Amino acid sequence: MKPFVVHTGIAAPLDRVNVDTDAIIPKQFLKRIERTGFGQFLFYEWRFNADGSPIESFVLNQPKYAGATVLLARNNFGCGSSREHAPWALLDYGFRAIIAPSFADIFYNNCFKNGILPIKLSEEQVQELFSRAESRDNYQLTIDLQEQVITDDAGLSYPFEVDAYRRYCLLNGLDDIGITLQYEDKIAAYEAKRETFV
Amino acid sequence: MKPRTMFEKIWDAHVIHEEPGKPSLLYIDLHLVHEVTSPQAFEGLRLAGRRVRRPDLTFATMDHNVPTADRFNVKDPISRQQMETLTKNCEEFGITLADLNSPDQGIVHVIGPELGLTLPGKTIVCGDSHTSTHGAFGALAFGIGTSEVEHVLATQCLQQAKPKTLEVHVKGELPFGVSAKDLILAIIAKFGTDFATGYVIEYTGEAIRKLTMEERMTVCNMSIEAGARAGLIAPDETTFAYLKGRRYAPQGEDFLRAVERWKQLCTDPGATYDHRVEIDASEIAPQVTWGTSPGMGTDITGTVPHPDSFPTAAQRKAAQDALAYMGLTPGTPMTEIKIDRVFIGSCTNGRIEDLRRAAEVAKGRRVAPHVHAMVVPGSQAVKQQAEQEGLHLIFQEAGFEWRDSGCSMCLAMNPDVLQEGERCASTSNRNFEGRQGRGGRTHLVSPEMAAAAAIAGHFVDVREWKREGVNKEVLQ
Ligand code: SF4
Repeated sequence: MKPFVVHTGIAAPLDRVNVDTDAIIPKQFLKRIERTGFGQFLFYEWRFNADGSPIESFVLNQPKYAGATVLLARNNFGCGSSREHAPWALLDYGFRAIIAPSFADIFYNNCFKNGILPIKLSEEQVQELFSRAESRDNYQLTIDLQEQVITDDAGLSYPFEVDAYRRYCLLNGLDDIGITLQYEDKIAAYEAKRETFV
Repeated sequence: MKPRTMFEKIWDAHVIHEEPGKPSLLYIDLHLVHEVTSPQAFEGLRLAGRRVRRPDLTFATMDHNVPTADRFNVKDPISRQQMETLTKNCEEFGITLADLNSPDQGIVHVIGPELGLTLPGKTIVCGDSHTSTHGAFGALAFGIGTSEVEHVLATQCLQQAKPKTLEVHVKGELPFGVSAKDLILAIIAKFGTDFATGYVIEYTGEAIRKLTMEERMTVCNMSIEAGARAGLIAPDETTFAYLKGRRYAPQGEDFLRAVERWKQLCTDPGATYDHRVEIDASEIAPQVTWGTSPGMGTDITGTVPHPDSFPTAAQRKAAQDALAYMGLTPGTPMTEIKIDRVFIGSCTNGRIEDLRRAAEVAKGRRVAPHVHAMVVPGSQAVKQQAEQEGLHLIFQEAGFEWRDSGCSMCLAMNPDVLQEGERCASTSNRNFEGRQGRGGRTHLVSPEMAAAAAIAGHFVDVREWKREGVNKEVLQ
């Protein structure tokens, strides 16, 4: 997993609540058996017309948000299915961080496991970021996970909270399986006393 | 000992390692696997040279991609590749697989309980969010992502932050003609699609105790639509009667001993939940969703709401977007919404009781000429049972298509897909944009409401039909 320490990138505002994983990556694209290559299908039905031409009004198709790597979102982002294809698609497209007032649980977890940093801010703060990203061209945010702060070059500075352990794993790009296998003795001991019919 | 909730008891019994500030390491008793969320997990194992730690606690089936009309003829090459990949992976890693040839094949959340793999007190995971279904048995069951699928395959453990507990107390009794589906839709409409985020719900109260196992599964299934990590219902005699004699359940003396242990799982008197909400079942009417989120629903006697009627700007915008997508005008009575398609099935409502209830409404009636309706049993076992009872004939005579088991139009990864603009009465669990096909419009309802809509060609209040009796023609 790619570590996340400090990241600077263009912020794109996606102005919808309850963005679900079906919208992030429509299911007709779930059938690949690899982890990569999903970015081209990200938000497919909002990004493209039925004939495959881009829908110009969609935020990611607007020139000022080209190359965006920070996604600004609204409440309950990532609700719906547990599919990890959603963070894979976001990552593959280039997003490294998502900022929203709230996230769906499974999606939130899946982000950390794939090297994306999901950040919860208050609705007012998210609204401020939306306003700035919409009113300026090439609006960039710098996200410092070490210091837990988001800044822009116009003096904005928002500290954010993140679970200490998640932060540690993300800063170091640590793989969960390797960590768990350090407890092999305990797992084996548990298995030895486990009743078969519970 | 301090009184504990059922959730805490199951959690405590499975913690292998705990340290402040870190997620706990939990042991997993049952890992269900299907073809869509597993290939990259197996790929990860192979790349790291790891094995499946407990193939005996792992069970696989194929459901999402399976064609329901001509099941062995998988035309989509990528669907076929996913299923073939699962077959190869199960062979290579020694995992039992209920494939298309197996009489055990079906939607993963339908077959777990059917086979007696799902048992009270277990921790159960699957790379699918509706794993919450299994909580109906008093098992702690939740959906996981593919990285976690790989993690469980490799270690039989999961790293989990401990969720909080939420009691959803359902007092009173469901009225005549109102189903478990209406109950859970009403809960979500009332409290919102994220009211349970970060929590494990325990459903309690008189109305819940009276539900059958299949109804409890419908309720727990949609816990995820309220944002919950899992839903739980305490096991009782209804649960034990359902499990007795199931293939993988304990047998004979073992079963009796297991029942004694399972009885200990219930929340202790005096235990407290982190949060609690209450709803009165007797006030619930049949539900129909009008929007693109499961919380956007109303009583069948209601109307499509006006976006201005919502308190916040975000909600008003969401309602406006939803109505535009759904092609609905505010103020339209729900009973005047015409439909084109009907889908009866899914892990929410594809079990035998669901089909019986739909058949009761369909019996002796005809699907409206402009409606294309289909019934997709949740598993091959459900299909066989239904055919023994003659339900398939009732459906076929009424003009419903009778299909093989699978997820089908719940998420339309197989050929069962809505066309652009088509409007569907669906017994599944998600009405998201494009869920049943690009531009498709989904209204979530109960099986009896779906069957009635198929016949009338628009939504109807099924309570009136049920009162009229099954054989009397009530259409004008
Ligand atoms: S029936 Fe629908 S919700 Fe259930 S497992 Fe299949 S796709 Fe998921």
